[in-house]
Amino acid sequence: MRAYTPKDDVQKKPYYTDRYWVAPQVAKSDVSEDEVFAADLEAIKASFEVLDAYIQVGQMVVVINATDNFGVIKMLKNEREYNQLSELSAIDWLAQEGKFEVFYQMLSMSKRKRLRIKCKIGEKESIESVEKLFRSADWSEREMYDMFGIVINNHPYMKRILMPDDWEGYPLRKTYPLQGDEFAQWYEVDKIFGKEAREIIGPENRDPARVDRYDTERFSRLGHEVPRGTDITQGEPDTLIQYQEEGGAFMIEKFDAQKTVTISDRDR
Amino acid sequence: MQQSNRLRPFFENITFDRDDNELILNFGPQHPSAHGQLRLMLHLQQEQITKAHPDIGYLHRGMEKMAENMIYNEFMPTTDRMDYIASSSNNYGFALAVERLIGLEVPRRAKVIRMMLLETNRLMSHLFWLATTALDIGAMTVFLFAFREREYLMDLIEDYCGARLTHAAVRIGGVPLDLPDNFIADLRKFLDKLPENIKDYEDLLDTNRIWKMRMENVGVISKEMALSWGCSGVMLRASGVEWDIRKEEPYELYDEVEFNVPVSDKGDNYARYKLYMAEMRESAKILYQVIDMYEGTGPELMAHAPQYISAPKIDIMTQNYSLMQHFVLVTQGMRPPVGEVYVATESPKGELGYFINSQGGAYPYRLKLRAPSFWHTGILTDLLPGHYIPDVVSIIGTTNIVFGEVDR
Repeated sequence: MRAYTPKDDVQKKPYYTDRYWVAPQVAKSDVSEDEVFAADLEAIKASFEVLDAYIQVGQMVVVINATDNFGVIKMLKNEREYNQLSELSAIDWLAQEGKFEVFYQMLSMSKRKRLRIKCKIGEKESIESVEKLFRSADWSEREMYDMFGIVINNHPYMKRILMPDDWEGYPLRKTYPLQGDEFAQWYEVDKIFGKEAREIIGPENRDPARVDRYDTERFSRLGHEVPRGTDITQGEPDTLIQYQEEGGAFMIEKFDAQKTVTISDRDR
Repeated sequence: MQQSNRLRPFFENITFDRDDNELILNFGPQHPSAHGQLRLMLHLQQEQITKAHPDIGYLHRGMEKMAENMIYNEFMPTTDRMDYIASSSNNYGFALAVERLIGLEVPRRAKVIRMMLLETNRLMSHLFWLATTALDIGAMTVFLFAFREREYLMDLIEDYCGARLTHAAVRIGGVPLDLPDNFIADLRKFLDKLPENIKDYEDLLDTNRIWKMRMENVGVISKEMALSWGCSGVMLRASGVEWDIRKEEPYELYDEVEFNVPVSDKGDNYARYKLYMAEMRESAKILYQVIDMYEGTGPELMAHAPQYISAPKIDIMTQNYSLMQHFVLVTQGMRPPVGEVYVATESPKGELGYFINSQGGAYPYRLKLRAPSFWHTGILTDLLPGHYIPDVVSIIGTTNIVFGEVDR
């Protein structure tokens, strides 16, 4: 029977997992342990709902509702001195719970603190742009849209950024295979020659890295050289390897103890 | 009359009669001054830019996707291909992120060697920046001078790890090799000569009329703009924000060495140029101190954490259990604990961050690469309008973008 492969997550899987293995956790500590973060969290809690908050590896993580993202980030920027949005992207949890997790990595230079705002949205839902607060979100949100297909509301230029404009599919989703889907594999052929050329060109010519073992026109096999174009599908002739010059004189002669002089006296 | 600090184009004989004489110019992606595969759509009123749309993605290799399909150690050589001008700093950022995730402390000698690698990489990157920017603007001599010095550094790195461009010279948990015998002497020889070399560049450029015309008051980034666009590194410090991650959130031994963070509040190309020169001097200062630290360190190069890090080679070759662990770590990979980490380091280009979400598996569940050049390219959208076409080249030059990093 063919092994079952899950369709909702096609990323590489380890070939061996210990069924009794329990993965350890990176320690989460309570926000009250850090005064600065505790004050920030109080400020957020005062006007927004906080679903979860903890400190992990020195940075506070605050989970909020997706609808509050603009408000929270605006408040953090204007009132809590978080003056840079270093990074913004998403994590694909569609297979587990049908949701994306969007995170905003923020930096406060005056307080020397970094915190991460997180929120979850469904596959078909969209999220408000924070581009009006931080211009850096302009490109990050475009990248997030490009890679995950998360639509951003009120973004000035909602367009793919890394992939071509006419690309289909979202590469960083777990359902997207590493080698690309059918559209990706035929992208150049479809674009240059048209879809009808797929059969003429054939999958074997689409991959430029493909090596045909029996093709003696374009490939030679070291140690088994045959004249170019020889048909070797029925087996190949033995290759006689001789190190010989044109005229017949051997370049490498077999060592003959009789003909050589052995110097035993080093001072001679 | 032309202003002395502007190369303002003027056409005596050409008049554009159309009301809307907007020209759309396609700059790149194969332009030598684009420092890689940057395509810019420039809307022009005569020679003045009214709108700019940077278009990226020509070097997109999907590194984040690749990372999700690789074990952690396998991904290390891939990080080389981000900022390939200073690849050890990418290796280091990734190694540090994984170390923070699994909570590893690295032996002191490894820290010293990492510091040496990081600062030589910074010097290499800054020299490369100086060379290419000067070449774009027409100062060929500086290009030849700076590449000569960079060549020495590349030889040094080659002595250490065997590679010149894609070093992969850092491992998760330490460094793979100790310094070769001649390394410190060679490095010291280079550093002793560096001040003279920097003076040579400055003599050629500082008061050079053309250089100043192309650099002064061109590409001015205000403090607010730099912060809003997520700028980091020299791009941020030239705009008057004193923020260096080495100083503010020290990693490795940066809290033990003395160095200054050069800052300028001008925000123009010339300020960035001066900061790069000043940073090279600071790097040399750090390297001198790190060389002195090397003597007093123990012989360990890799952290001892059998669950995550292979044992030293001698144990692998002599002890069965170490060999078994090594086999498992190579074939299956380490499995860091479940958790998330975002670690930022000060790479030569700016804040290089790695965000890792681990679900306890051998492959990262999500890895986000926060490359500084991505935003330094994005800022061109707001920075270029109002400038003239020749300024585009000098502005792209001083943003110091590398496309391996922008597109990842």
